[in-house]
Amino acid sequence: MLSSFGITVSTISLLLSLSLLYLSYYDLKLSNNKISKKIYKFAFSQILFIFLSFVTLIIAYIISDFSLINVYENSHTTKPLFYKISGTWGNHEGSLLLWINILVLFSFLFLILNKDKNKNFKLYTIIFQNLLISAFLIFLLTNSNPFSSLYPIPTEGTGLNPILQDPALAIHPPLLYIGFVGSSIYFSIALAALITKVESKSLALTIKPWVSVSWTFQTLGILVGSIWAYYELGWGGFWFWDPVENSSLMPWFLMTALLHSVLVLERRIGLYSWVIILSILTFTMSVVGTFLVRSGILNSVHTFANDPSRGLFILSFLALMVFSSIFIFFKYAPVENKNYKIFSKESFILINNWFMVFFLAVVLIGTLYPVFLDTLTGQKISVGPPYYNFILAPFLLPLLFLMTSGPRHKWISSNVIGIFNIALFTSIILFFVIFLSINEGGLLLLLILLFSVYLITQTTFDFYETFKNKNINLSRIISHFGFGLLILSISLNQIFSVEKSFNAKLGDEKNFQNYTIKFKNLETFSKNNFKSVKGHFEIIDKKNITSQNLTPEIRVYNQPETITYEASINTKLFSDTYLTMSNISNTDIFNIKFHMKPFMNFIWFSVLLISFGGILQFLRFEKRV
Amino acid sequence: MKKKYLVIIYSIAIFIFFVLYLSLGKNKIYSTQDNIGKKIPEVQLNYFDKDGHFDTKEISNSKFTLLNFWASWCGPCRKEHKYLMELSVSSNLIIIGINFKDEKKNAMKFLSEMGNPFSVLTTDFDGKKSINFGIYGIPETILINEDLKIIKKYVGPIDDKDVRQIKKIINK
Repeated sequence: MLSSFGITVSTISLLLSLSLLYLSYYDLKLSNNKISKKIYKFAFSQILFIFLSFVTLIIAYIISDFSLINVYENSHTTKPLFYKISGTWGNHEGSLLLWINILVLFSFLFLILNKDKNKNFKLYTIIFQNLLISAFLIFLLTNSNPFSSLYPIPTEGTGLNPILQDPALAIHPPLLYIGFVGSSIYFSIALAALITKVESKSLALTIKPWVSVSWTFQTLGILVGSIWAYYELGWGGFWFWDPVENSSLMPWFLMTALLHSVLVLERRIGLYSWVIILSILTFTMSVVGTFLVRSGILNSVHTFANDPSRGLFILSFLALMVFSSIFIFFKYAPVENKNYKIFSKESFILINNWFMVFFLAVVLIGTLYPVFLDTLTGQKISVGPPYYNFILAPFLLPLLFLMTSGPRHKWISSNVIGIFNIALFTSIILFFVIFLSINEGGLLLLLILLFSVYLITQTTFDFYETFKNKNINLSRIISHFGFGLLILSISLNQIFSVEKSFNAKLGDEKNFQNYTIKFKNLETFSKNNFKSVKGHFEIIDKKNITSQNLTPEIRVYNQPETITYEASINTKLFSDTYLTMSNISNTDIFNIKFHMKPFMNFIWFSVLLISFGGILQFLRFEKRV
Repeated sequence: MKKKYLVIIYSIAIFIFFVLYLSLGKNKIYSTQDNIGKKIPEVQLNYFDKDGHFDTKEISNSKFTLLNFWASWCGPCRKEHKYLMELSVSSNLIIIGINFKDEKKNAMKFLSEMGNPFSVLTTDFDGKKSINFGIYGIPETILINEDLKIIKKYVGPIDDKDVRQIKKIINK
């Protein structure tokens, strides 16, 4: 029953999108300067029906309606309610429905929040947005239908992969999708602005809040995904340059560039075409990411079941999108001629944009090169962290410096602001204090430390200034401070991390560096949906004479049968102790991985700060309008 | 001038899309498609329903053999089962089931509910023997001729189209 209801509701949503396309196109020709009431009514029905389809799917998951293939393949009656619900978007079909819901939500919000804007500009935006919505709905209904029915109805489902049964992962996709899909609205706005020749300030003000919102969510989504990988995958790291992680990072670079260049556009200093290009590219990159993940041409922890027909659809759609937006751009883009003053804020923002594009290019090449090489020559390679670290790390230096110095310059000005100030002096002292206490690390790492300390001190001084002078941008200060702290924490984490992998039997004791690890006990127990083997370890730090107990687990889930390795992590303010164990088959020996990870909390916290800056930027904008 | 840029950008985009399109058809890093035409390895598989073991050399006794790797916990196996049942009535085909990392109780329940298409039923309890056949996920199905050569390899559940293809090959 839910199956046919879901299909009906989604089909109605598609019909409503097509009607909106027709109505908007028809309304363009009318000479009145208000959008027809009918369009509002249809848009309202559209969002109602698409929400209804999503709610239907959630209900099917809650009541475990296995007459839906999607529920049967991804759920199970014994699963806790929370994971039944999050299971809705833990698979290709369900997450596609979520994706469409966000597309419709943004389209609807744009329509009702921009009442005073030019009529044709709004209509074109609605047209582009509904072209996207219709295409994805057709994809959903013809190729990836979450409501497809199954007969005979099985009595039990096959379960959600236990590795996905995690609170962080339950909220990771929605956060990331608001970021990814949120960029669709400025894609549509950019194309509409080109056609209707919207002037620069108006364009900047229209897209700015959407960019801040999507950027904030994208940042949070990446953070949550990273935390999940750290706790759940048991690899002892927080970023692996996995192709799919990269596909969430690529739009992020573009959003960051956009967030900055919109500021220039707002002051009518230029960058009109550049902002349009960035807006188009951001959503394009989001779809490229989706293509890479869903088509299965990449191998990664994220890959959904392999299905080339899906890939073909997304690829054709992507091609259509890219070719038509390039065409529209070349047909309508205005000619710009601007001279930038070298030491002005706008030049620094422009340079920041080049850096973002450079980072994007490095990550894009690293991600796609193996695919291209394999396809064209049959040679298989994999691009890993050494490539990214080697190429990206040196460029952090000028970036950190620009982030420190750039914002202190004025708009349209060529006054050089001296860098020799109290902040630099303080940071050099601070740096030497750090340097003497660590006394290790290569030259590059030390320079990165110095520059990140400089960014942190300078933004702290700027923060102090805000109390004297109320006109300073607090969102910028917090985000930049967060970025400085992030780079500092990652560098210190790199320098101080201790890693050790060894084999041990129950009762063994292992000594290395300043640590002793004792394998004290082993217990087995059963829970509702898994059996567990739990090791009890004592870790003694001989230098600080402290000891702590850690209990890593090996879980064997029964639905579906999967083994997961649960890391045991003791989190303290300055350092995490991280232990995983895995069994070596047919022996009583276990492989133990020990990590001492300093400053992990600082890494998470600094990313939170960065995204908090995005929220402030959005609120500041709301207050001004 | 504008046109020149447009042509250049379009050409680059077409090239990228073309390569991505090709990569769709191509199989992944773990591809085992190049095993087609090769002889299957000599492996001894324990019978599931009785003592003793089955030697893959015995496959040469029949003209065509289908090796199916399955488990009761595997959702897609449930989907493809009816196609295996359909193939099991063909006279010149023997279907050998290799049960993969499964509990005997659950596997037997699966077969008694859905029917047993297998002439020979074997087990690979710890999944190590399947590696010899290049299996990296189940279900997978391999069609072998009397020379013990792999003619076809199906990764993932077989469907209607695959059944027709298999029938065409064995009835030639």
